[in-house]
Amino acid sequence: MTSLPDKSPPPRRLTPEEQQRQRKRSIAIAAVLFALVTIFYVLTIAKLGPQILNRPL
Amino acid sequence: MTSLSNSVSAGAEPQDFAPTPMMVGGEVADFFALLKPRVMVLVIFTALVGMVVSHVHIQPVVGVISLLMIAVGAGASGCLNMWWDADIDAVMTRTATRPIPGGRIQPGEALAFGIVLSVGSVLVLGLASNWLAASLLAFTIVFYAVVYSMWLKRATPQNIVIGGAAGALPPMIGQAAVSGSVGIESIVLFLIIFIWTPPHFWALALIKAGEYAKAGIPMMPNVAGPQSTRRQIIYYSIVLFPVGLAPVFLGFGGWLYGVTALLGGLGMLAFSVHVFRNREGEAERKAALGMFGFSILYLFLLFSAVLAEQGLGLFRPVMA
Repeated sequence: MTSLPDKSPPPRRLTPEEQQRQRKRSIAIAAVLFALVTIFYVLTIAKLGPQILNRPL
Repeated sequence: MTSLSNSVSAGAEPQDFAPTPMMVGGEVADFFALLKPRVMVLVIFTALVGMVVSHVHIQPVVGVISLLMIAVGAGASGCLNMWWDADIDAVMTRTATRPIPGGRIQPGEALAFGIVLSVGSVLVLGLASNWLAASLLAFTIVFYAVVYSMWLKRATPQNIVIGGAAGALPPMIGQAAVSGSVGIESIVLFLIIFIWTPPHFWALALIKAGEYAKAGIPMMPNVAGPQSTRRQIIYYSIVLFPVGLAPVFLGFGGWLYGVTALLGGLGMLAFSVHVFRNREGEAERKAALGMFGFSILYLFLLFSAVLAEQGLGLFRPVMA
């Protein structure tokens, strides 16, 4: 059985400079996600106030 | 055969391949640059003034988050603008080093970044404040990215006149975010920025006419000529004078604002006449740069005066 020649570029290892750049981007994405969670949490508390604890279970 | 086995069988080592920065993506700073941070600062400032003139008390946390989302939305529209205009940015010296023409960020990355931030900022603003403010923010983003960038900019010398509406909307979004409605105060602030935009940009366009011509953008000096542009700068400065004073007559601009708007308006008129008179060489360039610089100062001082009077209690009414 013959297979078609694979024309996709061979994989490569990232250079240290590229790894560092990718790491910084990952940290930035994590920071943004954390900020988003904080925004929704703080917003919920700010909008509902003490009433957030006064709800039927 | 898989690509992995291909590379192994070919005896390829990782270092055989020249690193291409585009394959990994840009720095965090490059993504931040896509948001046009200086424009974001101006948007935060004018939106804050729009909030302050409302005199409606809201939770500070809600106010800060709303302001942040307005800024992010404005940044997202700037990002989409850079994505669309990458081809002409590459031609112009002033913009050639931006992240996309500079090869540090791929167009697809910028497009995805801009869309995610646009949708996210509108949704969070809607949840934090109200859906009128969110709708106005969505309108601003679409107006700037689609109406201005994709259509007007390359089609008509009136591009920045009509497109200026996008830059003028933040005070209205700010007022809508805190009060749930749009009042006469923010409409007047909108008009001030809207009328201010043409003389501000055309002063720069007079200096950069060659660059715009190279990029094929029909800016006013390239289409109607420098002399007609200088005349129109004067016309807009004349109209700006009473519009700048309107807050005094409407009762939300006091003495501090009135004096600032009066002197600032006279300054705009004086600079526009100076630009009209100096038409050659270095004198022309200096006059246009002076007009451009002063126009920024004018807007900053006017909005600062409103902020000081309405936010810091310095308001002393001119009209009884």
